[in-house]
This record gives sequence, structure tokens and C-alpha cells, in this order.
Amino acid sequence: MAIGRRGVLGGVAAGALALPAIGRAQGGGVKIGLVAVQTGPQAALGTQLRDGFLQGLKHLDGKLGGLAAEVVPIDDELRPEVAVTKVRAALERDKVDFVVGVVFSNILAAIMRPVTESGTFLISTNAGPSTFAGKGCNPFFFTTSYNNDQVHSVMGQVATDSRYGRVFVMTPNYQAGRDAVAGFKSRFKGEVVDEVYVPLTQLDFSAELARIAASKPDAIFTFMPGGLGVNLVRQYRQAGLAHIPFLSTFTVDEATLPAQQDAALGFYAAAPWAPNMDNAQNKRFVADFEAGYGYVPASYAAQSYDAAMLLDSAIRKVGGRLGDKDALRTALRAADFRSVRGNFKFGANHYPVQDFWLCQVAKRPDGRFQTETVRKVLENDIDPWAAECRMR
Amino acid sequence: MTVQLLLVQALNGLQFGVLLFLVAAGLTLVFGVMDFINLAHGVQYMLGAYLGASLAAATGSFWAGLLLALPAALACGLALEWLVFRHLYDRDHLSQVLATFGVILFLNEAVKVVWGNAPLQVPTPDLLQGGIALMPGLQYPVYRLAILLAGLATAALLWLVIERTRVGALVRAGASNRPMLAALGVDTGRLFMLVFGCGAMLAGFAGVMAAPILSVEPGMGDTVLILAFVVIVIGGIGSVRGAFLAALLVGLIETLGRSLMPDLLRLFMAASPARQTGAALGSMLVYIAMALILAVRPRGLFPARAG
Repeated sequence: MAIGRRGVLGGVAAGALALPAIGRAQGGGVKIGLVAVQTGPQAALGTQLRDGFLQGLKHLDGKLGGLAAEVVPIDDELRPEVAVTKVRAALERDKVDFVVGVVFSNILAAIMRPVTESGTFLISTNAGPSTFAGKGCNPFFFTTSYNNDQVHSVMGQVATDSRYGRVFVMTPNYQAGRDAVAGFKSRFKGEVVDEVYVPLTQLDFSAELARIAASKPDAIFTFMPGGLGVNLVRQYRQAGLAHIPFLSTFTVDEATLPAQQDAALGFYAAAPWAPNMDNAQNKRFVADFEAGYGYVPASYAAQSYDAAMLLDSAIRKVGGRLGDKDALRTALRAADFRSVRGNFKFGANHYPVQDFWLCQVAKRPDGRFQTETVRKVLENDIDPWAAECRMR
Repeated sequence: MTVQLLLVQALNGLQFGVLLFLVAAGLTLVFGVMDFINLAHGVQYMLGAYLGASLAAATGSFWAGLLLALPAALACGLALEWLVFRHLYDRDHLSQVLATFGVILFLNEAVKVVWGNAPLQVPTPDLLQGGIALMPGLQYPVYRLAILLAGLATAALLWLVIERTRVGALVRAGASNRPMLAALGVDTGRLFMLVFGCGAMLAGFAGVMAAPILSVEPGMGDTVLILAFVVIVIGGIGSVRGAFLAALLVGLIETLGRSLMPDLLRLFMAASPARQTGAALGSMLVYIAMALILAVRPRGLFPARAG
């Protein structure tokens, strides 16, 4: 079974990469604390993130900007208090030079102060909450992903462009779920027929699916991360609702597709990146990643790969002088690297200014599933909070 | 909300209830007969799903996977009993809770090591593909009806065994007065093992049946476990009949509450807050119902233990 083997392979690769680096990194190396959840049901996302960064290091021959790189893996266990303790230890005991990673916003919020107040750069490769994009923007914080609101608003734009008059909206009943609805509505001009909020522990969507069938919408918009999305997509297909366009964010991606498979075919997602993007950097990344880790990379991996390239470019620019924080910040802002997304630059709040795509789930000739770009929806999009940021 | 939609929702509730019953039946017997709190029961549901998923993938047939997963789940249950639980029967409840919680953590991680982090998928068997149009626009999957039937058949079988056979009489006797049963010369050790094995197998069966509609992932048993405890507390600990009725009740309250609460609240609230509070209230409804039932009947609907 391919899924079983990949965890082992990933682990071996991580070990092989991290171990020899320990000896070298003592004099003049660079240490990276890599925060990736490895415990609990969402660990698959952390594995994607970790493997993406390690793939970046492989392409850079284990060096960042000419300095031997050592990775200190940190499993946040998806518990903020654990994340803070472990990150503090990495900062004070291991003396890491950068903290990279973080899948979930609540973990990022927890480690934000400990990391940035110690004068260490924090580079999020997935979590992109609005809290740190506007008034809370920070000179020591960068993200290579996106602001969450942008992704949801892409789907709102798609629904408007497709002239869907009536859309059924369903998200989990917590902050990110309500943000998703707000983000969608910000660009959607039609009518929201119904908003349904489900518990985060929801297993069976039969009640909600009956409601969807009864209200006969033009499309549904949903945000169901992880296992929730796996259940929803399969049950949606089984209930014969697949003729209603399925617009989603963080619900169908390469991390969940191995479990959703044919059930997700033709469903839509919004993202700044997809594995089929046609540029040399991305082709090399996807091919080598699949060869090395045995599965298709998702955005978590791609954004982490970009973070490795970003660090490489910045450290090279300052000539390896990691102590000169101001020069390092200027070098990071320049984002002078070739992103797997093609276009990439930072806005004033250190969040990317980038294109967003409508993507659709497709089956590749080799039988694997991936999301593929359909069309560009937003070009050089700046997140809605950037204007509130006063970067010191 | 039309009558048709209401009926479909009721059917959904029954089907969820039946699935809960399969998990709760084993839990209530183990708790009732052995006075043993087994938090690891949900993990056995997860193990069943994983075994079913990998055996179905290995043999290429859901049915072969199901048939092979049952003895495998039984074996896992017996192995756990022999390795861990057997040494806990004479301890107090706190030790049992701690030890079985440890088993949850261990097995959740073990599953991840063996099968990886990503959820697995089990295709619906060909025989039960497709759906029946119960209302316009909605295909009710045949597979869900099959779960309902399988659950009802299992319930009937359990009832027969417990009410009409000698082993069943011993189980009932164990639930109502354990020291007396031992004093009469019954080998309670063997009886416990039997009950435990069957409980594990039932949970495993539920896991395999749920695999084609739910995602098979680490920790999938934990949410089911909480509802299963609600079921056995409402039904009366040790009573299979109580567990059956309580499971259907919980399934119906869960499903109908979730879909009706927002509409009810909208009658006297603005639409947007009604949706959010309705959703929150809907998911609390099961626990409110449990509190009410316990206030009226502190031992549950059908208490098995004598005085």
C-alpha cells in the first residue's frame, strides 16, 4: 500500500538529511527550526510541509546561501502550549537562526511572540491568518503562503463570474469556518440560500446533504479541512449531488485526494499553486518530490519548498552574516528567488502578492490524483488587510 | 422543511443510531458484566475499519475484507484482553481509565506507523452501488440502507443470543450480580473473555461497515466513543435492549436536532445568529437529552444491575 510506505520513506529521508548536517553546522552553519505537526489526524499535512522543505534543501545540496543547513524538527502536536515550549527550547537551547513551517493558525498565534521577540525571523509556510496581516504585522514575520481570506474570496469571485445566483454555504462552526463564509461573501454577488455550520467533530453529513438537495442551489461553497472533507466529498458523491458544482477551499487537495480519489473528480479548489503549473522550477520540484517521497505534493509542500529557496536567496544576499537582522530583512523582502508559482513578491505586510487560480481535481495518466489549474481568477492580489499594516 | 425532508432526516438518524448501537453494544456488555471501563473500545472500532480497509484492498473485494476483518478484530480484542485488560479487572475505575486511555494513545500512534497519516479510502461494494431517489434531487445510497439492515439484523441476533441461550443467561446474570454468578461455580474469567471478544468484534464490524462512507483515519474512534458512552448511560449500563433504544434515540436527536434547530430558532431570531446558535445548540442537544433522562431515571432507561 503506497500510503503506508510513504511515511517510512519520508522519515528515512528526513533522518538521512538531518543527521550528517549536525556535525558540519557547528561552525558557520545555519539552523532552522521546522515546525510541522506530526501527531493527530492532521499529521499528514505536517508531513507534506516537512517533506517540501527538505526537498528544497536537497535541491540546494543541504546548504542555504552557502551555509551548511541543519534542520531541528519540531512537532507542535497541534497544541499551542506544546508548540510554545518546544519552540522556546529550539530558540534558547538549539539557538536556531530561523523558525519555519506551521500548518495551523492557532499554533502560529502561540509562537509568534516568543519567536519574533527573540529577534528571530519566523517564516510561515502555510498558516496565514489576518491577525498578522493588518495591524499585527511584524518586521520579523514573513509568510510564503497567503492570507486565508484571499483563498475564500477567490471562490466568491468564481461563483460571481459563473453567474451562480443561489449558493449553499457550509463550514465548520469555529472561527476559521466563519472567516471562510465572510471571505466568500466578500466577492460573491448572488444570494446565499442557506448557511450551515457543522461541529468540527462531524462524521456523517447525511442531514446536511438532504438539506442541500431540498434547496436545489446553483452551487455549494464549502471549507472542510482534513478528514471532514474526506467524509463530505465521498458522501456528496454517494448522495448523487455531484451535478451541483462543488466550490471548495482546503477541502480537496493532494493531502486528502488519496482518500477521496474518484469521488472528488471534477470538484473545484482555489489556490495560488497547483502541481501541474507550467514552469521549470515547478516541474523540477514536483518530479523530484514524487520520486523522493512517493506521493504527490500539495500546497503545504510547495510553499515550504519556496521558503527554503527564499532563505537561500536572502542568506546569499547578506553573505552569510546572519547577525545583521536589518540587512537580512531587506534581503528577505526582495524575495529574489524562482518560485514554483511563477510570480512571487512580498507586499508591505510581508504577505505574498500573487495570482490565485481556480483548480479542479483530475486523474493523471498514472492513476494518481491532483488538482490542476483551470483559469487565473485574481492577478497580483493583495490581501484585504495589507493597508492596515504599519511596518516598523 | 417538507414532510419528505423530515422523513429522509429520520432515516438518516436511524442509520446513524444503528451504527452507534454496534459500537455501544460491546461497550455496555463489557461495562455491565465486568464492571470495567474500557475507553479503548473506540480504538477497536478504528482497528476494525483499518483491518477491513487493508484486507479489502489486499483481496480486491469488500466482502472478503469484511469476512476476514471480523476474526482479525476478534483476535485483536482477545490479544488486548490477554495483554492488558485482564490485569485490570480487580483494580479501581481510575486505574482502568488511565490504562485504557494509554491503550488509545498507543494504538492511535501504532496505526499511524503502520498505515501512515493520510486517511484511507474503501470503495463501496459493487453490489450496493447507486441510490434510491427518496426525494427529488437526492439519491439515498443503497449502502446506507444496507448498514441499517445489517445493524437491525445484528441487534436481533444479539437479542436472541442474550435472551434465549445459556451463554446469554450467564451474561445477563453477570450483569445483574457478578459475585453470585462466580459463587455458583461459573468460570467468570472465560465468560469475560467471550464477552470482550464479541464486543471487540461488534465494534470492528461497525468500523468496517462505516469505512465506505466515513474516512478511515487515526483517531476516528474517539468521537464515536463519546457518543457510545452517552448511549450506554442513557440506555442503562449493561442492558443491550437499553443500548439499542438509546442508540436510535441519540441518532435521531443528533441528526434531527442538527437540521431542525437553526430553522426553529429562525422563527424568533435574525437569520445569521440563528444559524450559528442553532448549529451550536443542535450539537449540544444529545447531552441536554442525556442530562434530562438522567434527572428522571438516574440509572438509565433499562438498568441491568439489581439494586
